[in-house]
Amino acid sequence: MSDIATRPAPNLLASPLVKFGLLLAAIVVALAAGIWLDSSNTLYAIFVDPFRQMAQAPDLLVQTIWEGLVSGVLYALIALGFVLIFKASGVFNFAQGIMVVFAALTLVGLYEKGVPAFLAVIITLGVMFALAVAIERVVLRPLVNQPDIILFMATFGITYFLIGFGEALFGGNPKQMIADQLYLPKGAIDLQILGGLVSLQKIDIAAAVIASLMIAALAAFFQYTRIGRALRAVADSHKAALSVGISLNQIWVIVWFTAGIVALITGIMWGARSDVSFALEIVALKALPVLILGGFTSIPGAIVGGLIIGIGEKLGEFYWGPLVGGGIESWLAYFIALGFLLFRPQGLFGDKIIERI
Amino acid sequence: MNAEPMNVTGTPLRDKGEVLLSVENISLRFGGVKAITDVSFDIRKGEIRAIIGPNGAGKTSMLNCINGFYQPQEGRVVFKGERRAKMRPHRAAAGGIARTFQNVALFKGMSTLDNIMTGRTLKMKRGFFWQALRHGPALHEEIEHRRVVEDIIDFLQIEHIRKLPVGKLPYGLQKRVELGRALAMEPELLLLDEPMAGMNLEEKEDMCRFILDVNNQFGTTIALIEHDMGVVMDLSDRVVVLEYGRKIADGTPDEVKRDQKVIDAYLGVAH
Repeated sequence: MSDIATRPAPNLLASPLVKFGLLLAAIVVALAAGIWLDSSNTLYAIFVDPFRQMAQAPDLLVQTIWEGLVSGVLYALIALGFVLIFKASGVFNFAQGIMVVFAALTLVGLYEKGVPAFLAVIITLGVMFALAVAIERVVLRPLVNQPDIILFMATFGITYFLIGFGEALFGGNPKQMIADQLYLPKGAIDLQILGGLVSLQKIDIAAAVIASLMIAALAAFFQYTRIGRALRAVADSHKAALSVGISLNQIWVIVWFTAGIVALITGIMWGARSDVSFALEIVALKALPVLILGGFTSIPGAIVGGLIIGIGEKLGEFYWGPLVGGGIESWLAYFIALGFLLFRPQGLFGDKIIERI
Repeated sequence: MNAEPMNVTGTPLRDKGEVLLSVENISLRFGGVKAITDVSFDIRKGEIRAIIGPNGAGKTSMLNCINGFYQPQEGRVVFKGERRAKMRPHRAAAGGIARTFQNVALFKGMSTLDNIMTGRTLKMKRGFFWQALRHGPALHEEIEHRRVVEDIIDFLQIEHIRKLPVGKLPYGLQKRVELGRALAMEPELLLLDEPMAGMNLEEKEDMCRFILDVNNQFGTTIALIEHDMGVVMDLSDRVVVLEYGRKIADGTPDEVKRDQKVIDAYLGVAH
């Protein structure tokens, strides 16, 4: 019998590249046919006109992408806080958004009470540390070895507690971030490029730089140090981590404190662009699509996911928004995330889901 | 089983040192269920001690009491002369007790190398600050421990899977990596929970050899739970037999083999 006859036919569709290529080709062909037959110009308005606009006014395009990039960096920062805690404790920390608000409120509140700005930053760090210890003692320790969903629900409890506690201490009114006192740059740089004017806020540049530095530091810490390894170990298996003498309590405090630091920096940067209010918490939910895109366990994923969502959102709003009367910025991110869930549930960079059965 | 027999009938036991760990009158209940009732035995320095018994006899619960995962309601664990009502996993590990699990508990997403490196956690002393910098003393320390881990990898012959995420490895190799992680702790007492469960003959022979080598070369005291009677009789110096949470026999493999209660427990008895 010939060898060919017994060998299974090579499954070309198994290669993701081939599959993706075929899909893309099909879409292009369908679009071309559609536009050809299109009488009411709907398809033209969706698939051709926006790109024509982009080509005609490249300076506007650059400005839009920059805006997207900046909000993307902030999404990435919030997502980073989620990833840290998820990696180390397998808990999806719903409270990360409110931690951002709480950190920013504490900082501003302290300053309003007359504490010098930089001292206020240090005290706020202390408060975030105390919060981490308290969460570990009161919430996590009694719930060791409980199913993840219980820990997840516990973070809802933390969220509502922090909302109430924050309002009781600092009131519910929006506050001004003390950007000047922290020597954050103000004003804008205007660039003459592509036959137009692109204006970059200095605070946005600072946010991008600080965020990049912090992310690089955290990534190295996780990858190459004993504590980083212990953090990853705890994420994988509590009992195995205990058996090699890793102290869960210590690791949880470290990781929640780290998430608290990230929250404070996010709060400062975000607060400097708008103001500090509880509305920030809703914005923090944008981290969810970012995580679905980037993968819950990946720090690079949080960054790339954040940037994709940020830029995609702004481009969508500016070029496609008018077609449906605007306002798509608020839901486009979730829409993109849904698409991702269908094709790549572990996200762009997430750990591949390995299950031996 | 081709593993080198440790004590063939008639040969005297090797000279074993003083008692390393003893459990005294331990009772453990989960609600109304009695997992362990009034069990006492000891483990001497340098020996291989087997804990056997039918399913549900309380063997794994016993190991969990020893390394602090469970706190028995009654009784004491005495380790290196220190008597504790409550053993904590963290403290047990710090005191030199390492263990493996019945259903492999590895860090699936991490490489073999990183998994075994976690075993060095307690040996690495540099603080958070140096760790964060990953410079100077912390880097030096990392390299030093890496060397120990590479030796263990050599010893277990798993060089070829050093960089692979362990979640992808076949079961037999996962068990070997888990043993490696426990060895990296340089334990005085090594608890093995069914180290050969689910292995084929060849893998079992390898594992037997590793256990014997660990015992001989490093002088590590080993307590193991195993269902393969051939393995237990060949490997162990002394055997304790549990049934329904009670101790029914304790002695050398030969004594235990001839014990009527043990025969009844394993073969069933007409009432």
